[in-house]
Amino acid sequence: MKMKKVLGLILTVSLAAAGLAACGTQGSTVSKGGATGDKFYIGAMGPLTGSNAVYGQHVKDGAEIAVKEINAAGGINGKQIEFKYEDDEHDPEKAVNAYNNLKDWGMQLLMGAVTSGPSVAVAEETKNDSMFQITPSGSSQDVIKYDNAFQVCFTDPNQGVASAKYISNQKLASKVAVIYDSSDVYSSGIYAKFAEEAKNSNFEIVAAEAFTSDSKSDFSVQLQKAKDSGAELVFLPIYYQETTLILTQANDMGFDPIFFGCDGLDGILGVKNFDKALAEGVMLLTPFAADAPDEKTQNFVKQFKETYGEIPNQFGADAYDAIYIIKAAIETAGVTPDMSTSEICDALKSAITKITYDGVTGAGMTWAPTGEVNKEPRAVIIKNGTYQLFE
Amino acid sequence: MKNTAKKQMSKSTRSNLIMTGAIVLVYIVSQIMIAGGAMSNLMKGLLVPLCYYSILAVSLNLTVGILGELSLGHAGFMCIGAFTSAFFSKATVSVITNAGVRFTLAILIGACAAALFGGLIGTVVLRLQGDYLAIVTLAFGEIIKNVVNALFIGIDSNGIHFSMKDAMALNLSEDGKIIVNGPRGITGTPKDATFTIAALLLILTFVIVTNLVNSRSGRAIMAIRDNRIAAESVGIHITKYKILAFTISAALAGVAGVLYAHNISTLIAAPKNFGYNMSIMILVFVVLGGIGNLKGSVIAAVVLTMLPEYLRFMQDYRMLIYAVILIVMMIFNWNPKCITWRKNHSLQGYFARLTKKTKKEA
Repeated sequence: MKMKKVLGLILTVSLAAAGLAACGTQGSTVSKGGATGDKFYIGAMGPLTGSNAVYGQHVKDGAEIAVKEINAAGGINGKQIEFKYEDDEHDPEKAVNAYNNLKDWGMQLLMGAVTSGPSVAVAEETKNDSMFQITPSGSSQDVIKYDNAFQVCFTDPNQGVASAKYISNQKLASKVAVIYDSSDVYSSGIYAKFAEEAKNSNFEIVAAEAFTSDSKSDFSVQLQKAKDSGAELVFLPIYYQETTLILTQANDMGFDPIFFGCDGLDGILGVKNFDKALAEGVMLLTPFAADAPDEKTQNFVKQFKETYGEIPNQFGADAYDAIYIIKAAIETAGVTPDMSTSEICDALKSAITKITYDGVTGAGMTWAPTGEVNKEPRAVIIKNGTYQLFE
Repeated sequence: MKNTAKKQMSKSTRSNLIMTGAIVLVYIVSQIMIAGGAMSNLMKGLLVPLCYYSILAVSLNLTVGILGELSLGHAGFMCIGAFTSAFFSKATVSVITNAGVRFTLAILIGACAAALFGGLIGTVVLRLQGDYLAIVTLAFGEIIKNVVNALFIGIDSNGIHFSMKDAMALNLSEDGKIIVNGPRGITGTPKDATFTIAALLLILTFVIVTNLVNSRSGRAIMAIRDNRIAAESVGIHITKYKILAFTISAALAGVAGVLYAHNISTLIAAPKNFGYNMSIMILVFVVLGGIGNLKGSVIAAVVLTMLPEYLRFMQDYRMLIYAVILIVMMIFNWNPKCITWRKNHSLQGYFARLTKKTKKEA
C-alpha cells in the first residue's frame, strides 16, 4: 500500500520534471536560432482575442505590411527583418507571458503592446532587460515612464487637451456634454485632462456622465441628461463598441448633437450590423485619415486593402509607422543585428531623438528623450461612410 | 522499527510531507535549470503565477470541497489582498527599504484584509441554508471590483486623501503622490514576489489546509458538509465552523492576491483578472482537480495555467483548442466509464501487480 503511494509520487514528480525539462530545452534552442546575427528580430504583441481584438489585428496587419515592404526593398542596412506577433488578450499578466515567449524566440526589439495596461506591465520588463520598446498605440503616460520606451501615438492627456483646444478654436459648441467610461484607463485619462483644459476654453461642460465596463449596454440615462442639459456637442473619449450603441440610442430618442471623439472611435465603420448612416457627421481627433491625399497614405491604404480587404484604422497606421521608425532609428544609429539587446537599446534610445520622421500618422514627427511623440493632431469627420479630413 | 515509526505518523503529516517534498523537488529542479540556463524565459515568468494559482485553487477547495459551500467570488478576496498589499508596499517603499520585511508585512496585511471581508460575509450568509453563499459571493466579487475602480487615494505630507470622484478631487499638495488612481489602479508596485517566497507560501497554504482538514475542527467541518442535521444533533456549532473554514479560505486567497500584485507592476481591477471570469477559472481548477482533492487542485492549476501559453504556436486556434482540451479533460476525469478504464489501466495498478508477482515468485 505504502509502496504504491511512494511509487505514484515518484512517477508524478518525474513526469512534472520531464515536462519542465522539455520546456527548457525547447526554449533554449529557439533563442539560439534567434541570435544568428544576420536578421533583426522584432517582436510585437496585442489583443487578437477578446473585446479589443480589432486594434490588435490591425496593428498586426499594419506592421506586417511594413515588414514586407522593407524586406522586399532589401531590409534595414541590408539585413532582413523577422517579425513575430503574440496575443496578449488585453491582460497585463498575459502580456508579460507573451513578452517572455517572444524573448525565447530571440526578440531584439519590441513593438508593443497595443493597449495601455499591458504596455505598462511590459515596460517594467523591458526596463529590466534593457530592451528597446516602441508602442504604436499604448497611450497612457505610465508606458513611457522609463527612458527605453517610446510612443507613436499621443498620450491620453495630450488627446484630452488637444480635443478641448480643437473644440474651442473651431468654435464647435458652447455647451458640451461628456460621456466616458470611468472604469477604463484610456477614457478616464482623457476626460480628466479635457475637463481641466475646458476651464480655459470658451465652452462649458454641462454634463459629465460616467458608465463602467459592467454596464455598457444602456446609455439612455446618460443621453437623456446630456439632452436635458442642452448640450450641442457630446464628447466621447471612449472606444467605438460603446459608441455604436450610444449613436443608435441617441437616434432613437431624437437627440442629434455633434458627436466628437478621440482615436478610440476609429474603427467604428468596421463594426458589423451597425447602421453606418448613424455615424454620419461624427468627428474624431485622430492622427490618421485613410483618405488623405499624400502618396504614403494612399500607398499604405491600397496595400492594406489588397492584402486584408479592409480599410486600415489608426492602429494599423501607427504600427506601420512604428516599424518604419525603428528602421530609421537603426539606420541613424548604425545598429547591426549581432549586437546584444542592451547595446541596441542604448544606441536606439539616443538615435530616435535625433530623427525626424514623416509617416502616415503625421509629418515631421520627433521624439523627446522622455518618449513622447511630437506631432499635429488631425480632425476627421465621417462622411458618406468614409473617414475624411475635416477642414 | 522504521515501519512502526511510519505508522505512528499522522495522516496529515504524511500528506504534508509528500506534497512538500514534491514542491521542494520541483523547486530544486527549477533552480538548477535556471542556474544552468536550461529554462525558457516563458517558464521563468510563469513560476510565480503557477504558485499563486495553485494557492487560489487549494484555498477555494477548502470552501467547495471540504466545507461543501459554493463560492463564486473567490477573485474578490484575491482582489482585496492584492490592492491592500500593493497600497501598503507602494506607500512604504521609501520608508521600509528592506524588501523582505516589507513583503512579509504586505502578505500579512493582504491576508488579514481578505480574512476580515471573508469573516464579515460569512457571519451574515453562512447562517443560512442553501445557495445563498454562491449568490452573495458572486455579487461581492463584482462590487469589490467596481469599488476599487472608483477609488482614488493619494498621500502627501498632510496624510492620506480619499476620493470617489476623480484624481483632481484629492487636493494633494505638491509633494503628494497618487497611489490608487481609480481605473488606472496601482502602478509601480515593487516586484517583491520571488519564486522562493511563492513556493514557500504554497507549501504553507498546503500545510494549513491539510492540518485543518485532519484536525478536530476539520472533522467537524466535513461532518457539516456530509449531514448538517446529524452534525447539529451531536452538538457541533455549525455557524462557527463554517465561518472558520470560509475565513481561512478567504485569507489564503488574499495571500495569492498579494503575490499577484507584487509579480506584475500594474494592478488594474479588470473583469479579466478580478471579475467573475477569474472566479469561475479558479472553480474550474478545483472541479478538474477533484473536489476535496488538494493535490489535484495544484496539478489542475499548474496544467491549466501553462496550457494556453504552450498552445501559442496554434495562433488563432489557441483558445479554441484550449476549450476542447478542457472538455476532454473533464470527461476523462469524471465520466464513470473513463474512471473504470483508468482503474484497470493505471500505472499504479500495473506496478502493484508487478510487485505482487515478484513477491509471489520470491
